Amino acid sequence: MSARTASQRPASDLQLEADGTGRFLPWALAVMVFLAALALAGALALDGSIEGWRRGVSSKLTVQIADRPGEPLAPRIEKALDVLRGIPGVAAAEPLERRAVEALLEPWLGSDALQADLPLPGLIDVTLAGNNALSVDALAARLQAAVPGARIDDPKPWLDRLIQLGRLLQTLGGGIVLLVGLASAAMVIFATRAGLAARRDTIELLHLIGAEDGYIAKQFQRHVARQAIRGGIVGGVIAVLVLLAIQLLASRVGAGLLPGLALAWWHWLALMILPIAAALLAIFTARLTVLGELRAML
Amino acid sequence: MVRFQNVGMRYGPGPEVLRDVNFELSAGSFHFLAGPSGAGKTSLLKLLYLAHRPSRGLITMFGQDVSTASRAALPMLRRRIGVVFQDFRLLDHLTALDNVALPLRIAGADEKRTREHVVELLTWVGLGDKLDARPATLSGGEKQRVAIARAVIARPSLLLADEPTGNVDPEMAQRLMYLFVELNKLGTAIVFATHDTHLLQRFRFPVIRLRNGQVSIDRNAA
Repeated sequence: MSARTASQRPASDLQLEADGTGRFLPWALAVMVFLAALALAGALALDGSIEGWRRGVSSKLTVQIADRPGEPLAPRIEKALDVLRGIPGVAAAEPLERRAVEALLEPWLGSDALQADLPLPGLIDVTLAGNNALSVDALAARLQAAVPGARIDDPKPWLDRLIQLGRLLQTLGGGIVLLVGLASAAMVIFATRAGLAARRDTIELLHLIGAEDGYIAKQFQRHVARQAIRGGIVGGVIAVLVLLAIQLLASRVGAGLLPGLALAWWHWLALMILPIAAALLAIFTARLTVLGELRAML
Repeated sequence: MVRFQNVGMRYGPGPEVLRDVNFELSAGSFHFLAGPSGAGKTSLLKLLYLAHRPSRGLITMFGQDVSTASRAALPMLRRRIGVVFQDFRLLDHLTALDNVALPLRIAGADEKRTREHVVELLTWVGLGDKLDARPATLSGGEKQRVAIARAVIARPSLLLADEPTGNVDPEMAQRLMYLFVELNKLGTAIVFATHDTHLLQRFRFPVIRLRNGQVSIDRNAA
């Protein structure tokens, strides 16, 4: 038998580390932290997208000038620009060059159709000044009067719906994190109760020797904390790897089609806090479970 | 120090196993607890080490009414009571040293001093070379001494022993008995449950006799 120093103590009087019933807990918590991290990352990434859409709603318009047979496009675009730049509340109005318009259409029409001298509308990108009280309808009417065939594409209605959808998905992500938390707590309760039931005699002995409930609860807390941190780190690391892979794949698909997985540094920080939060939840749950169960003993 | 007044006890809805128990233990006293099997010795000890509440009557210990004391008050009372269980109740995964150290660690004592005390006590009971042995490797008499050491390590005011000499040969029984007498001389009140009539005749301490759940005190004078 090895000699022990004075500072060494047995792991626990209750020998929880030798418990078969608790062996599944780190793995179950790893899965839970992984799922929660994905849901949280999704919700956080939407934050950036929603903010972008929200800015779009209030500050961007597109003016489309339809090609009309017999009327050259360039002077009509110039006219429209003059009208737009003369309106207070319009911060900038820039025409899109034909090549830029072609680039926008190419994924849908293919380069062959574009080469066949397809009549393309002229597009003007309009940026509105902040705090403007400009009515899109009034703007459209003025433009229409000056340049027949000019039309304003107001993205607001569908951006509003997109924002609504984004918020709903964020709520869903938050809900998933909450549910995963509840399921984790339920697992900790189950494992802790099993651990208590298996040690009734020892716990009774500790009580008779003068142990307070807190002394016994602390041993369960320490044990669960170790398991939760182990599981949380595994689940967290796998989640980060998966998120990085998604980011890489999304960036390859190309910007524009997908919102992408734009995570700021503090989003990553929030994800790293997740295993710690899981451990705290597990510790808290184990304590409440032990104290609750012990209250039924003398 | 301990007073029972009209105490009755039953397990659940069953019949009373103790009836109208009245007695008093003063500080530093020594009492045998005797009676036939099933007379209620273990039940009486359970009341004394606060593992059970009486179903009626009043029990006062260390100046507190323990029949109605709150759960939160029990640990502090229990720390003043040492118990040697009939079946030892040592923790099999802990060494002799850690088993004996348990009451001090539970009370939050300094770890270095705890170890010093435990080593000193285990040496005193003749187990200085078995500090790191686990209960499974100890003989009956050795386990008994570890159990006794655990019961007395925190210097309890009251020591309860349930057949502490029941599992050992007569020679060891006598040696253990002298250990209890020594502890008693140091001021610990002792209740010593036994079947052994030789011990009762040899050591003339008063006897709490239990018969059919009722108590009588026998001065046990020569």
